[in-house]
Amino acid sequence: MTVTTTTPAASASAGAVTPSRPRRPLNRPLAVAGVLAAWVLAWLVLRGRDTLHLSGASLTPLHRWINQVNDSVGASRNSSPLFLYFFNEIRLAIDTLVHFIQGLIAQPSFDRPLPVLGWLGVVALVAYAAWAVGNWRVALLAAGGLVFFGLQGLWQESMDTLALTLSAVLVSLLFGIPLGILAGLSDRFHRLVTPVLDFMQTMPTFVYLAPLALLFSIGPASATIATLIYAAPPTIRLTAHGIRSVPETPLEATESLGATRWQTLTKVLLPLSKRTIVLGVNQTIMAALSMVTIAALIDAPGLGKTVVKALQTLDVGTAFNAGLAIVVMAIVLDRVTTAASARAEEGRRHSGGRAERLRRPLLAGFGVLALACAYLSYTYVWAAEFSLRGDVGSYVARAASAFTDWAQGDVAGVTGAIKDGVTVGLLNPLQTFMTESPWWLVATVAVALAVLLGSVRAAVTTAVCLGLLVGTGLWQDSMITLAMTIVATLLVMALGIVLGVWMGRSDRADRVIRPVLDGAQTMPAFVYLLPFLALFSSGRFTAILAAVVFAAPVSTKIVADGVRGVSATTVEAATAAGSNTWQLITKVQLPMSRRSLTLAANQGLIYVLSMVVVGGLVGGGALGYDVVAGFSQSQLYGKGLAAGLAIVLLGIMLDRIARAAAERSGGPR
Amino acid sequence: MRPTISKAGKLAGVAFATAVALAVTGCGGAKVGDTAGAGSGSGGKCGNFNIAINPWVGYEANAAVIAYVAETELKCKVTKKDLKEEVAWQGFGTGEVDAIVENWGHDDLKKKYIDDQKTAVDAGSTGVNGVIGWYVPPWMAKQYPDITDWKNLNKYADLFKTSESGGKGQILDGDPSFVTNDEALVKNLNLNYKVVYAGSEPALIQAFRQAEAKKTPLIGYFYDPQWFMSEVKLVKVNLPEYTAGCDADAEKIACDYPKYDLNKLVSKKFADSGSPAYQLVKNFAWTNADQNTVAKYIAQDKMSPDAAAKKWVEANKDKVKAWLPKG
Repeated sequence: MTVTTTTPAASASAGAVTPSRPRRPLNRPLAVAGVLAAWVLAWLVLRGRDTLHLSGASLTPLHRWINQVNDSVGASRNSSPLFLYFFNEIRLAIDTLVHFIQGLIAQPSFDRPLPVLGWLGVVALVAYAAWAVGNWRVALLAAGGLVFFGLQGLWQESMDTLALTLSAVLVSLLFGIPLGILAGLSDRFHRLVTPVLDFMQTMPTFVYLAPLALLFSIGPASATIATLIYAAPPTIRLTAHGIRSVPETPLEATESLGATRWQTLTKVLLPLSKRTIVLGVNQTIMAALSMVTIAALIDAPGLGKTVVKALQTLDVGTAFNAGLAIVVMAIVLDRVTTAASARAEEGRRHSGGRAERLRRPLLAGFGVLALACAYLSYTYVWAAEFSLRGDVGSYVARAASAFTDWAQGDVAGVTGAIKDGVTVGLLNPLQTFMTESPWWLVATVAVALAVLLGSVRAAVTTAVCLGLLVGTGLWQDSMITLAMTIVATLLVMALGIVLGVWMGRSDRADRVIRPVLDGAQTMPAFVYLLPFLALFSSGRFTAILAAVVFAAPVSTKIVADGVRGVSATTVEAATAAGSNTWQLITKVQLPMSRRSLTLAANQGLIYVLSMVVVGGLVGGGALGYDVVAGFSQSQLYGKGLAAGLAIVLLGIMLDRIARAAAERSGGPR
Repeated sequence: MRPTISKAGKLAGVAFATAVALAVTGCGGAKVGDTAGAGSGSGGKCGNFNIAINPWVGYEANAAVIAYVAETELKCKVTKKDLKEEVAWQGFGTGEVDAIVENWGHDDLKKKYIDDQKTAVDAGSTGVNGVIGWYVPPWMAKQYPDITDWKNLNKYADLFKTSESGGKGQILDGDPSFVTNDEALVKNLNLNYKVVYAGSEPALIQAFRQAEAKKTPLIGYFYDPQWFMSEVKLVKVNLPEYTAGCDADAEKIACDYPKYDLNKLVSKKFADSGSPAYQLVKNFAWTNADQNTVAKYIAQDKMSPDAAAKKWVEANKDKVKAWLPKG
């Protein structure tokens, strides 16, 4: 671990946002310190009063009311026209789509004992497509990845997952891109849709999983819709962002030529924002893959089921093997879409050039080859069923199990001490401050900090969010979760800066670290959490670690991007002036990528919050546990939903403060 | 023509030729569909049978055996659906689920789906008895024999202190799927303990496994039958005995958990359909030992549920015969 010696409370919450140089007569860092000191003093006097404690099994009237609403929806399911003509139609359409794709690549279909395309056909067609939209390197990677699934003994499971992911992504794009264009063109719609997207991304899936299964019944439709609720927002956001970032000049030029709105959109706006839109698609695919294990809880077919089943018997090896397949799929899809986005950029620059004309015969030739392979896999068993199992799967499983056994056997003593150190030294004091102060004191401090660090507007949002938090009846749980979130975000930033600077300064480090980061982002959390549980036992610290593993990659990538973005001339100038490496990093590269640092903190925070529920599964307690228990016990459903709302509120509040702080500090460049 | 183009053309030509060659010659071997249809006789009068699989191994053992018998003896087309409890109960109403074959209490769900919505029907006991309670790892029971009486728990509270429990002893509560009275118990029995939520079954099992292996103190919520019990035989701590009605007021509970007679549930539609599979579910009953045997095959011997069921059924033909519909 990198950070263990931060002083408690005060510096902890101040450090969450990058401090900036004072530009006003008011000395802001001093004011912030003043507010925190006042808090400590007030805490000494007022501790234990108005803490709004609610014990594990207790409910508030709001929670009971939500339960009733939920019940009445279930009871009217078979009679209400809303179900008969609306939800059932949606379900039918999506079920048909998923079953069709599954029939193509995953499941026996069309009166055949095997899917239409066997492994050879899928490998050939995917590699061909990867080459056609990207380049030959990603085509090789894609082919290798697919064959690896077969060697793992997970061909069918992988294809089921691929089918479900593709369906969810297709539907996301079908709605996401038009909505994104609309949000790009209309400011009003943009303002309207942003909070909805925030909501979709931070509301824990566990909260809406059971209701979805009720609305759309059990089956691929519910799983697809659950996935796309979480996965669609990036496409919408990035499409809107792409269209908004098109420079004014070409727009004015087209308008002066008398183009219609439709022509402007299709000939200028969309081509110019193609690269950003493809990035959005990429993010949507990643998000969809991170839902694989959760969707398995409502019978979504594929790798998620393998993971869930293996975890029931604590079979880390088997779970890891399946998790590895998910990671490989994510890396393949990521690299292919990234290459496609790079080609989109290039293609725009040299469209109609000689290189394009050269591709035609190759496209046709390889196309025929791929089709031939597809035909073979349709007809012959050897090309349809992956028979060359090898023992890769069981080898991977055994290696992972052996590693886990070693870790829990020999290392656990040291790790236990680390855990106790962080918990007692940092987490407990912070949590004590936040949970044992009267709620109105915490709220006042939060609003004051929002004004000082951000803006009046952010302070108003903060006040509203805090008010609603009190309304959820889960104030104390929210404060415990908030304390963990702050500690986790600090660790994420520490790790993100160290690794990010390293990656930003060295291409070789980047090449080695990046796949590990991709793995950490897409490996189902429980696979690595089981060894963590052995090392650190269940508790808030383990929950924090889970969040750090998931969130640090995003922050690291953003920091690396920022450091790399510092212009080479500046770096050379500083080196020529005699700066050593340490000075170069602290005086030039980090200050100049301050915008990236704030963005990294912001994204890190959102990702940490999205792991609150997983944290609840490993001893994090508080809101995360409330959500999980609500999903599992029907009398706690209302409380779980309220806890989900509380997480959304925390997310919106922290995001708005961080953004306002970033705007303030990032002003002059 | 520029040389580069002819090079690309040549490459394309090679690709095309390879394709043709592959299609014409490169492939002998069996064709898809050649061997199909051997064992897939359609379902007679049984037809489709949708069985929910709740996520724990004991349940999976029940379901595996029922599914295996339904497929081999009754020629049903069995579909297993992996679902959490609440979602599975919902499925009765939508016709997506026919049977749930191990249910732990869930009075709230019974009221909602059996009494109010009338979509579910009780299909009798599975013969398996469920026990919920507080457990300690075996090494502790050996070293501190009197720890199994709740009256002595305060004496040992210091042993169970962790950085999570704020100066008190830690009681590790677990799986969010199970009802817990532990916070009320700690309060009403005046125990110097704090309930800490491990949050999931794997977390709980991992904690007990570690505690036994390293001989570290741990007390926590657990239940039996559970496959882990055959790996580490946890010892139950006796709380004040359960008497009917002692758990009526959730705030005032000061007694142990009741014993659960684990039962089966089917959808109303399925019960009225006259399917032989319904008779099978209704008749199905075995013992804790039977379930533990199959659960062990699955969890520790890493057999597939189907193979585990086959092994047990072949060794217990008499029991299976009693479940089959008469005539």
